[in-house]
Amino acid sequence: MAGNGAIEGDGGKGVKDMGVERIKSIKGIPPEENVLPGTPACAGCGGLLALRHCMKALGQKIVIVNAAGCFTLLTIYPYTPFKNSWLYTAMACAPAGAQGIRDALDILIKKGRLDPDEDLKVVVLTGDGAAYDMSLSSTSGAINRNLDFYYICYDNEAYGNTGVQWSGATPFASKTGTTPPGMIRPMGAELVKKDLFAIWGSHKPPYLATISPAHPVDLINKFKKAEQYNGPKLFIALSPCPPGWGIDTSYTVKLAKLAVDTGVWALKEAVSGDLKHTVVPKRFKPVEEYLQVQGRFAHLFKPVRQEAALNKIQEGVNEYWNRHKLLL
Amino acid sequence: MLTGNAAAAWGVRLAEVDYIPIYPITPQTEIIETLAGWISNGVMDSRFVTMDSEHSMLTAAGSASATGARAFTATSSQGLLYGFEMLYAVAGWRVPLVMVNVSRGLSSPITLEPDHNDVLAARDTGFLQIHCETCQEVLDSILMAYRLAEDERVLLPIFVNLDGFYLSFTREPVEVPDVEQVRNFLPLYQPKHAFFKASQPMAQSAAVLGGLAYSYFKYQMHMASQNALAVYKEVCDEFETGFGRNYDTIEGYMLDDADYVLVMTNSFSTLGKAAVNAARERGLKAGLLRLRLLRPFPVTDLKAAVTGKKAVAVIDQNISIGKGGILHSEIASCLYHEKHRPLLLSFIAGLGGKNISPDEFEFIINKMVTGADTEDAGTAQLLYTDTEWQEMGRLKGMAGKG
Repeated sequence: MAGNGAIEGDGGKGVKDMGVERIKSIKGIPPEENVLPGTPACAGCGGLLALRHCMKALGQKIVIVNAAGCFTLLTIYPYTPFKNSWLYTAMACAPAGAQGIRDALDILIKKGRLDPDEDLKVVVLTGDGAAYDMSLSSTSGAINRNLDFYYICYDNEAYGNTGVQWSGATPFASKTGTTPPGMIRPMGAELVKKDLFAIWGSHKPPYLATISPAHPVDLINKFKKAEQYNGPKLFIALSPCPPGWGIDTSYTVKLAKLAVDTGVWALKEAVSGDLKHTVVPKRFKPVEEYLQVQGRFAHLFKPVRQEAALNKIQEGVNEYWNRHKLLL
Repeated sequence: MLTGNAAAAWGVRLAEVDYIPIYPITPQTEIIETLAGWISNGVMDSRFVTMDSEHSMLTAAGSASATGARAFTATSSQGLLYGFEMLYAVAGWRVPLVMVNVSRGLSSPITLEPDHNDVLAARDTGFLQIHCETCQEVLDSILMAYRLAEDERVLLPIFVNLDGFYLSFTREPVEVPDVEQVRNFLPLYQPKHAFFKASQPMAQSAAVLGGLAYSYFKYQMHMASQNALAVYKEVCDEFETGFGRNYDTIEGYMLDDADYVLVMTNSFSTLGKAAVNAARERGLKAGLLRLRLLRPFPVTDLKAAVTGKKAVAVIDQNISIGKGGILHSEIASCLYHEKHRPLLLSFIAGLGGKNISPDEFEFIINKMVTGADTEDAGTAQLLYTDTEWQEMGRLKGMAGKG
């Protein structure tokens, strides 16, 4: 979405939106690479692609506080792909780790024991298992205390690092290791995905966003906007996962795009509760186009087409966009 | 006059702690309320934050310490177990967090009064452990704990333990040292190994793959804990020089010439000392050894203190279900290779704050005397008096299980 302000004289790459510098195209994405190549992430990891863009936006003066998940394995002694600092905590408590670091930096600066130039942004990096399930307590506490931190969730819709099991982020009818389709439960996962955006929203933080590795311009602009707010800043990246979703490693970006184009993944932001959808497809593609290319939904099509389940998924998407009066 | 909890708070205030993440639990809550009051009134320049759980509390305390601040926190019992995962994690971060545990029995059944299954469950985590008998000792131990934990040869977190109710809420005369004197003893924490700052990015708590690096780091922790034995002696000497009070790894009470030795920890040791007096009046050469430093375990000091004694009775205020007293096992392993090892008896007592009566102490001491004569230590004894048995029968009757 183009900004409303005047175009700056920088070759057309930037526009201003409410005083915030925005980029218009991928030409405006910062060239710096803050996640270096050579990680042990799976080929085609959508989360890593999203993280790469997030880190371009955040720069190097940050400390990542990590919760147990796939990305815990990014930093394996003695290697790290990051130019910035890192602390692995545990699965349930990365926001509490962020609290301790933020508070300690503030105290040390206040007491004159740390130069203010040495300050760091505190960034929680977590998968959906921690974000949607185990760390809700510590996350709720951190938001409620208005902790000044970024929270990046790479949401691959399952406990991926343990080999793909159901999580609170797993969508209805997805096949995982613990929701195998069978005679009694042909659709696989019976429950619908939790709404983490709404869970966060109920705490009234200053900034919330969903992002996609296939929409880097939108992603960068959301970080630019978020930067001006003191307090908790959420970014949920729907992250195609080739081994978990049953897709070819070359399909990551295609799937991330399809998730947006079918309306399954709504790209949006909320500034102090003021919700705005940042990318709205002109015509929504049928959800089936997104589902049928993924191994985790293959049982909805073969050997018998599960019409009721497919309808339920499409209706869920329609209901969302109808509710927001954006279904054209 | 200060309670054990107030003495703990004074130790934290005098250590000029930077950061205190907390979570309420009985019976430690008085500590954090006292600190909250001082911070609110501006007499302490610390940041205080109520977390959402002990798990988060320990994470915040550990990560602040990993950033370079001096941190403190406190808990009891269920809270300690709720945060248990992070005890191992924070110890592995090699940060000098000082944490008070106010001992309380573990659910189930849920209860309030003390025994040591909570803090002893943490004995393998990497945290050092100091166990206190008096309120003065609580205050002093917190100051010593920071010195010990922050020493570059150690760099491990540490527990200061006191008994819930019996010490946490007992008022005793406590000498509160002068803050300038404390500053001389305990300088500012300025870590060289673990901090976060923009000019020197640092990856802390990285994952490892395989046993090579894992074993290395675990061995490093064990050796650092062993180093703490010698460092403790230095800290102890300096503390005595500065403040005039001596706290060795173990405390002997009428121990030197004793033939029969009670081994205890924490506040119930006071009852044990009274029992020693009574036995001496009966003409028995009884003594008491109180273990103060439990991690690292003071093997050499313990051996020197009890080798050649006729009998030693370990009174465990804990129970390892299916094995027995934890300290009995630990002490037995220390003495196994000693040529003149004493007869070693095991008693479980004081669980959930149950009293240990003078009669029970007499029973224990008599068991040592007859055991030494017959060279038979017998099996572990679960102490329970006739009166207690009758009272429990009455309760069972009321519960319809008579």
